[in-house]
Amino acid sequence: MGDLLQIIVAKYNYWIYITLMMIGLYAMIGKNNLVKKIVGMSIFQTAIILFYVSIGVKKGATIPILEHGHGEHGHSAAALIVHAVDYVNPLPHVLMLTAIVVGVATLGVALALAIKVHNRFNTLEEDEILAQIREK
Amino acid sequence: MSQQYPALLIIVPLLSALLISITGWINKRLCFPIAVAALAVSAYSCIGLLLRVVDEGVIVYRLGGWDPPMGIAYYVDHLNALVLVVVSVVALINLIGSKKSIELEMPGKTAPFYALYVLQVTGLLGVVVTGDAFNLYVLLEITALSGYAMLAMGDDRAPLSTLNYLYIGTIGACFYLLGVGYLYIVTGSLNMVDIANILPPLYESKAVLAAFIICLVGVWLKMAFFPLHAWLPNAYTHAPSAASSLIAPLVTKVMIYVMIRLILTVFTPEFTFNILAISEPIVWLAVVAIFMGAILALAERNLKKMLTYIIVAEVGYMVGGAWLGNRLGMTGAILHIVNDALMTLCAFMVVSNVAYKLKGYAFDDLKGLFRKMPFTMGAFVVAALSMIGVPPTCGFFSKWYLISGAIQSGQYAFMVALLFSSLVNVVLFFRVIEICFYEPFSDHHGHGHDHHAEPMAEAPVSMLVPLYVVAGGLILVGIYTSDIVNYVIEFAIPKSIL
Amino acid sequence: MKIIGLIIAILTGVLLLSATADFPIFGDPDSPASTHLSPYYIEKTMEDTSVPNIVTAVLADYRGYDTMYETAVIFTAGLACFIILRIFVREEPGDRLYRHVLTGVTVRVKEGAKLPPSDDFERIDTMWTPPDLIIKTVCRLLIPFIQLFGLYVIAHGHHSPGGGFQGGVILGASIILLAISTDLRTAVQRMREKVDAILCPVGVIIYAGTGALCILFGFNFLDYSALAPLLHVDPITARSHGILIVEIGVGIAVMCTMIWIYNILSSGGKYDEGL
Repeated sequence: MGDLLQIIVAKYNYWIYITLMMIGLYAMIGKNNLVKKIVGMSIFQTAIILFYVSIGVKKGATIPILEHGHGEHGHSAAALIVHAVDYVNPLPHVLMLTAIVVGVATLGVALALAIKVHNRFNTLEEDEILAQIREK
Repeated sequence: MSQQYPALLIIVPLLSALLISITGWINKRLCFPIAVAALAVSAYSCIGLLLRVVDEGVIVYRLGGWDPPMGIAYYVDHLNALVLVVVSVVALINLIGSKKSIELEMPGKTAPFYALYVLQVTGLLGVVVTGDAFNLYVLLEITALSGYAMLAMGDDRAPLSTLNYLYIGTIGACFYLLGVGYLYIVTGSLNMVDIANILPPLYESKAVLAAFIICLVGVWLKMAFFPLHAWLPNAYTHAPSAASSLIAPLVTKVMIYVMIRLILTVFTPEFTFNILAISEPIVWLAVVAIFMGAILALAERNLKKMLTYIIVAEVGYMVGGAWLGNRLGMTGAILHIVNDALMTLCAFMVVSNVAYKLKGYAFDDLKGLFRKMPFTMGAFVVAALSMIGVPPTCGFFSKWYLISGAIQSGQYAFMVALLFSSLVNVVLFFRVIEICFYEPFSDHHGHGHDHHAEPMAEAPVSMLVPLYVVAGGLILVGIYTSDIVNYVIEFAIPKSIL
Repeated sequence: MKIIGLIIAILTGVLLLSATADFPIFGDPDSPASTHLSPYYIEKTMEDTSVPNIVTAVLADYRGYDTMYETAVIFTAGLACFIILRIFVREEPGDRLYRHVLTGVTVRVKEGAKLPPSDDFERIDTMWTPPDLIIKTVCRLLIPFIQLFGLYVIAHGHHSPGGGFQGGVILGASIILLAISTDLRTAVQRMREKVDAILCPVGVIIYAGTGALCILFGFNFLDYSALAPLLHVDPITARSHGILIVEIGVGIAVMCTMIWIYNILSSGGKYDEGL
């Protein structure tokens, strides 16, 4: 039991993201309301963003913006010696900027579709919509 | 300029999609010519690129001038180049053929539709050409978003079925992204070739296994592989004709390409076929996919929906072929990407011609169609023969490779499934053709005998010519199969697969 | 369906959790992710691009191709919302409601009749109460500062957290705030739909066009050092300037798309008074 606890504590970031992801995935499959599914989708995407950002974390490092004096940026700044250990990994941040944007875009389109469905069927409960389709 | 082909084939459609959405507010009539010109340039670059690859081998294009693992690079080998040509040519022909149908089905919204169409093609081409695992995800989302928008423009039920597609598509893309994240955490790289170089010592790691499975499931969701196919039939059936005849032939095939790319380049055949012993169950899944696709298609009384279930079965062909683990099977799968794209395009263009004149494609609406639209139905017969697999058409040859591959690796169930599906296709298509031969029954009954010769009402020439180009293409590709296999596909498969 | 969902979620969770056994622990400086590519970015960015904010440099230069498509994704979403929801309704003949701006009195105008042209009346759709004076005034005061901050975030992306996406969203939010605090018509008067919908692809064109310009100079796509002769600077500073140009394009595209999507979603595609 102690071992397990130690593993969980050392890698708690993965546990958090997987829990969130499971919540999102469950909402997307199990929920009946179309907007709740969209909410689940957002949770799911956010969980992945958390996962990626947590990859970039480095103990004892700071944000990936180099220190620089005012007059010397450009070429002379190249002379500054930069140690990689002092700065966190910038790549996951870049990737997640992309993923956030994609998430927002998908959310927008999903809401637009949900509004269109609501205009047509006057409800967002999936079983009621299916019943209406079957009636025809 | 030929140095820049890999960039041009993406940039020209992207810029013109933006241009179209601007001109849409100024002069709507300019949109169509711009779209055609852009896709023509793109197709020209793709063909030029294929010829260069055949001459020189793999072409590396560094975007932004940065060396591969740091920046993003294209690796264009025989596999990408072939699929690029298929995507760009199919998109171009379909765009020319569906101008009238777009104007009929979406009055007032043609300009954004053309823009989305070209964006979709950009996304598909980008997915195929890229050599970076994360870049592939971004382009996948462009393809997906533009696809949702186009599919939702169909009939009353289209928004609902598209919304369901959106949920599944997002789960698929997110799974792929997670898989890439798992690879990144153990390798530290996003470049496909770089990952493949770093991976070998990590083959035993559970993280790599999980990454592979999660990527694979994501791609399967997107390609509608059997147990995960539920979104496809409704989304494609209720879509506007122009959208379904672009998306149905291309999106599933591009996803098959992504799967083959993952197997061949990122994870390498040694890992997928030797270290992971999962080919057997996956081939069995493919067998089930083929059987279920065929049986579900038999139950349908609607031409377009029947075709969508055939797509589900065809996906089973390609997944099974790729996972047979031998050269013949892989050749069959890659060849079938080409053939199936053309066959599906031909069948769906027929459906869009029918929808243009008939406003319905349930079997009851199709009676007497041979008299009414003889040319369209002529092309339909060619498509049907190819889907069944009758020799001069291309469908026969890829099926031949798949069956020989199945025999070579002893997967007799897969062989039986392929034969069964061909048999079912015979039944399916001859049933449709039979219905189309008969006169409308109700007319005899209702109007007496003075109404026996229904006038011919063929689709416009601008829709028929592209259709016949595709039908001719089916036969031409069939005749030149050996050239395609010997000069292109032979080099696309690594030597380690025997 | 609920049970199936639960089973799938748990299966996925177990698969993903079992793989974490081989992962480096949280914050490990020696993890492959931190030792393979990231040292190159951290140590060489200044030499290569003279941009101190590494995230900006990687975003807009090393992986600029990704970011171009990211902008295209946003644009696609705007276009998708437009094509899915936008309805061009012809004005139905009937009674119209007008509100006197100063007093808040609602006037019903009978069919065919016209109000004298005046700025004192504004068109409304439903009998709703006018927005609160305090909220309206505070938002009016805040909006210019929000916009100024948005511009700062775009322009200062080289040296501090920020850049085109963040700045664009802030700029977009300022107009959306106007639409919320008053109504959609007022916001659309400031930013017409046509202008918005044209500026949106223009932003992406600025990005992709900069890349295409590099091809014309004989370099690879998005290789900003090709712009050096055009900008009269050395190739490394040209990269820095190229990043700025591209970020401005991103800012425009993101701002306009956010406004576009909000307008369409909040009015159900009708572009009337909105929420």
